[in-house]
Amino acid sequence: MNILRKKSAANVPFSETVIETLIRLCGVSSIIFVFGIFFFVFREGAGFLFNGLDLGEFLTSPEWYPTSLNNKRYGTLALILGTFSVTTLAMCIAVPFGLGAAIFISEFCSPKLRETFKIIIELLAAIPSVVWGFIGLTLMNQLIIAVFNAPIGLTMLNGGILLALMSVPIIVSIAEDALKAVPDSYREAAEALGATRWQVTYRVLLPAAKNGLLAAVLLGAARSIGETMAVLMATGHSVNIPSSPLSWIRTLTATIAAELGEVARGGEHYQVLFIIGILLFTITFVVNLIADLVIKGIRQQ
Amino acid sequence: MDTDIQVSPGAMFTETALDRQKRRIEIVVRIFLLVVTSLMIIPLLLIIGYLLYKALPVLSFEFLFTNPKDNMRAGGIWAPFLGTIYLVVVSLLVSAPIGVFAAVYLNEYARENWFTRITNLAVVNLAGVPSIVHALFGVGAFVLFARLGESILAASLTLAIMTLPVIIASTTEALKAVPMSFREACWNLGATRWQTIRRIVIPNSISGILTGVILQVSRAAGETAPIMFTGAVFYKAIAEGDLFAYNIMEQCMALSLHLFTISTQVPDVTEGIPYATAIMLVGSVLLINAVSIALRVYLRTRKKW
Repeated sequence: MNILRKKSAANVPFSETVIETLIRLCGVSSIIFVFGIFFFVFREGAGFLFNGLDLGEFLTSPEWYPTSLNNKRYGTLALILGTFSVTTLAMCIAVPFGLGAAIFISEFCSPKLRETFKIIIELLAAIPSVVWGFIGLTLMNQLIIAVFNAPIGLTMLNGGILLALMSVPIIVSIAEDALKAVPDSYREAAEALGATRWQVTYRVLLPAAKNGLLAAVLLGAARSIGETMAVLMATGHSVNIPSSPLSWIRTLTATIAAELGEVARGGEHYQVLFIIGILLFTITFVVNLIADLVIKGIRQQ
Repeated sequence: MDTDIQVSPGAMFTETALDRQKRRIEIVVRIFLLVVTSLMIIPLLLIIGYLLYKALPVLSFEFLFTNPKDNMRAGGIWAPFLGTIYLVVVSLLVSAPIGVFAAVYLNEYARENWFTRITNLAVVNLAGVPSIVHALFGVGAFVLFARLGESILAASLTLAIMTLPVIIASTTEALKAVPMSFREACWNLGATRWQTIRRIVIPNSISGILTGVILQVSRAAGETAPIMFTGAVFYKAIAEGDLFAYNIMEQCMALSLHLFTISTQVPDVTEGIPYATAIMLVGSVLLINAVSIALRVYLRTRKKW
């Protein structure tokens, strides 16, 4: 006993303190990186944000003319509406499918089928966004032209469908976790009263898991808002207040991706792109925070 | 207890109108949900099938081992393919140790308090930051502030931070799966915290950690936006067949950016080449994922405890 204690005590001083410090440092690295991201993006955009940019115009004017010779205007309303319209459309498609699939996988499936579906959904989640964009550019483009008789298929609808396919895996996996977190005793009690599986799901599980399901939808939406390559390639890339699913739009993310390569470092236009980055960071941060609070809300119940 | 409801024998099991309605709704719902779930397979198969069909005339070993030619209108994908491998390997070397250690901290050291809650929240938020914002961060922090310039190193560091949450999440899962009794047994023998982690916890979860690392590779290989402005270029010729053709302080081509370039920026690309590039990208990513999934399934079947 004594020997053992001595041995461990002897090991603690140096090698172990070093490695433990390293582990602690890595442990808090996420916090450092999140702050780092905000700091460095902010640093690049700060000059113009506090000195020259009209924030009111930035948020409410639809006139995005950053390269105009004599009258540069930096209004992002059309871009903000573009982002939100395509995300809303994507959620209209993804939420019924995602929640339906989550309910089926968690409540109605045999274990073997469940594994198969989960693998398929995982693979769907792994497809890179630039490949989705390429599908939008080729396959979906032709489909939309053929089905809707539109002149060009690179529209909000195209981007919305792609974003829906990209966010369904997130919605399914988080919603399934939420349904699984409902104690089995709830199911047993309902079934003992003669309820069918669907009645159990509809009357007991959905109300019990509603916070988790809401978080799933929020995180799916956050993914859609932040998605870049797919919407850059598939939505027509024209600054436009969206009027219908077949209109061409441009999103906040696509604007940064398309224009950052062509601006002079340190110029106004360059800084405005970083300010759009701060806006995006803030939006997704808030959505993620709400989703987290909603999930934590269930755990405390 | 006496009841005034008279139940004749047999009547108990006859279906009432309500039962029939219940059963019908149940069947409809089941079919509906099965269809909704199955619809998810269609895009996956459709995409792979469509890309493969369009790419077949071009796909060959030669396609993989030649550089893009003729202003990227012809030739193969050697330079971008090798560039992606460089980016993935360097980002893996950075994010794997940090990610695994971070998960060890969260699972083995952190106590249940507000600080741990904030750390977890930071991981979730890091995963939620849009990829293009990571790109802006990479430009601000690595390219400009750290003076790395647009280089493989700067792009890889950006990718490493972006994919960190993937490794943290899966390593945490793997560490959690090691029973508490293993640790307690080890502590009771007088081992310190770190000895327990090194000798017991990590060896018993190494395969689970590995699946997470593989997932990180697949994620990093497919990303485009974070590398666009930090180190990947539209075109750069390198020696064909030379695995060490790039220098990590210089720029490189990348498969994902190459697909974007030839499908949107370059006119008159030979029919089939963008499709072949896409299928190579999506094929590698799905293959890496499949390895990770297979490893996980295999592990589950032979778990010892």
